[in-house]
Amino acid sequence: MTPDPNLDPTPDTTAHSDRKAWMGLLARASPGQLAGLLPDLPAHDILRAPEIGAVMVRGRIGGTGAPFNLGEMTVTRCVLRLADGVVGHAHVQGRDRAHALRAAVVDALMQTDAAANLRQTVLTPLQTAETTRRTTRASKAAATRVEFFTLVRGEDQ
Amino acid sequence: MTPDALTGGFADAPIQSARAFRAAMEALSRPGKIETVAGAQPPAPLSVAAGVLLLTLADGTTPVHLAGAHDSPSVRDWITFHCGAPLVAAADAVFAVGTWGAMQPITRFAIGTPDYPDRAATLIIEMPDLTTQGPRLTGPGICDVAGLSLPETAAFRANHALFPLGIDCFLTCGDKVAGLPRSTLVEDI
Amino acid sequence: MYVAVKGGERAIDNAHAFLAEDRRGDPQVAELSVAQIREQLRLAVNRVMAEGSLFDPDLAALAIKQARGDLIEAVFLIRAYRTTLPRLGASNPVDTAQMAVVRRVSATFKDLPGGQVLGPTFDYTHRLLDFKLAADGQVPPAPTAPVSAEKVPHVTEFLNRDGLIEAEPQSDAVPPDLTREPMELPTSRALRLQAITRGDEGFILSMAYSTQRGYGRTHAFVGELRIGAVAVEMDIPELGFSVEIGEIELSECETVNQFKGSKTEPPQFTRGYGLVFGQSERKAIAMSLVDRALRWKELGEDNIGAPAQDEEFVLMHADNIQATGFLEHIKLPHYVDFQAELELVRRLRADAATMQEAAK
Repeated sequence: MTPDPNLDPTPDTTAHSDRKAWMGLLARASPGQLAGLLPDLPAHDILRAPEIGAVMVRGRIGGTGAPFNLGEMTVTRCVLRLADGVVGHAHVQGRDRAHALRAAVVDALMQTDAAANLRQTVLTPLQTAETTRRTTRASKAAATRVEFFTLVRGEDQ
Repeated sequence: MTPDALTGGFADAPIQSARAFRAAMEALSRPGKIETVAGAQPPAPLSVAAGVLLLTLADGTTPVHLAGAHDSPSVRDWITFHCGAPLVAAADAVFAVGTWGAMQPITRFAIGTPDYPDRAATLIIEMPDLTTQGPRLTGPGICDVAGLSLPETAAFRANHALFPLGIDCFLTCGDKVAGLPRSTLVEDI
Repeated sequence: MYVAVKGGERAIDNAHAFLAEDRRGDPQVAELSVAQIREQLRLAVNRVMAEGSLFDPDLAALAIKQARGDLIEAVFLIRAYRTTLPRLGASNPVDTAQMAVVRRVSATFKDLPGGQVLGPTFDYTHRLLDFKLAADGQVPPAPTAPVSAEKVPHVTEFLNRDGLIEAEPQSDAVPPDLTREPMELPTSRALRLQAITRGDEGFILSMAYSTQRGYGRTHAFVGELRIGAVAVEMDIPELGFSVEIGEIELSECETVNQFKGSKTEPPQFTRGYGLVFGQSERKAIAMSLVDRALRWKELGEDNIGAPAQDEEFVLMHADNIQATGFLEHIKLPHYVDFQAELELVRRLRADAATMQEAAK
């Protein structure tokens, strides 16, 4: 394959982990919140129109062993190219075509000079919302943790 | 992945793939009939017709073998992006694409099993030209007799002798496609 | 034999209209929204996702509404829908050790890293009908506590460290998929787990219960039961790396089972495994018991002929859509078959009568 600065096939470089992080965040984001943060989309060519499909989710036997097929989940994917040639990809959970389109636009813009601004106006609010949602749920679970206590015997003063 | 690999797919997949599927079905069920298809702009040396067939028929569950000059980085990337099909050796292929010369020997391809004759390969043979002038075709789907400009007859006769096992073929040239299933008897004229 | 019969069209159309009206119920009562079903009947939604084998809470909620709460009918709708979706690929195996747990209990160890977290459970409720719910749905917010950064490792890891439990064979082999290739017996454990996780909860529960009552006993302890969200990551060929495509809720159960040892293995504990979409802990526990019972052959145990040890019996009867399809089809017209039966019985009776006459 011809190398492309945006699509370096070597996995897990710093550039990738950054891009992986925002793509994951966009995939998990609420479509409504994303649309609110980025109402207007820049001009773009569609390379793969938003497409609803299924991804087979796999687990591992015993949590750590050989893979098995657990069942599918709905996923929508989209690929587009901005006017300046930068390509954005998205695979997002669910069946919301507008969500996939917006996620692909953000993925493309994050590879341009607009990145710093976009991080502040779109990614940070999404991250904050996600952290709040996760922490709320985790703190409710934490309140149901059993604190076993044993009556102290002996001469501990 | 080359940026060109991301273009040249169906613009309106549900409609275009349904039309292409109809054409492929017509071609295979009426051997000797030449259909015209549209909608793909694949990288050379893949023809429009071969590209349309792959977009319509191949996906992540149908391993594809690229024979000879068709096994190029641009074709590989294009199929990976648009079809998601794994690229494999001839023996593991559900579909194979290439010129007749590059496909040889065709005995490399799966012919199915007695329990599952459908587990056979379908070859997409890229032709320099495709007309109804050539060896005589008879069999299911053919009223009396048909003809097709086949590259040879011996290999197709041997394949027909394996029935109900055997490979099935599409012949492609530009935007034209014809079908030659294993059920068709091919004779020199 | 089936014969096409015409003439039912108007009756069918009217039956559909009647169904739609009955589905709506009394128009004086507010209509249920899909979001209400998704949020307030979440365990029904989870069950439809698990048995429909498609994780999408909105679709499952819609299916429940359309099926008037008939969950098997809802599963049928989901199964039919999923066949229309192109398969975009397969995820990397989910890492349940990284689950954001909302519930995690162990019946084998009291004190364990990560603790016993009860989560939103029915376990300690008194099973008394709560008439307050009939009047007023307002609930105070649940209490919170500081979240600890402590890891929540799998319980079986501790036993594994001491060699007291069988090691799970490592592999990255592509697993068989029964939605793509018809099931062929004997199967692999991977295929069995796929069949059981999408199988009918009632059937899997009964099979598991039968092992507890002695039909293929496996002496199971719940080593760990955990419920929570896990990330789903997939390799994207055009990118050349993997990305997270979403997050799903799963229930996982690992049982620890007694094992006397065999010619090749020392006495040790063995494992049963259950992993199910959504908060579906009954199904996850039942799945791990049935999984363990079906492993008798590879562990060199005796086949006592118990139903839960019979792979064909369990796997071929676990799917409620196959079962209900075959069961319910017998109510459809079989006029010609029955006519043949009727004639046969009449002839036999006539023959029998003739023979009786002759014997007199």
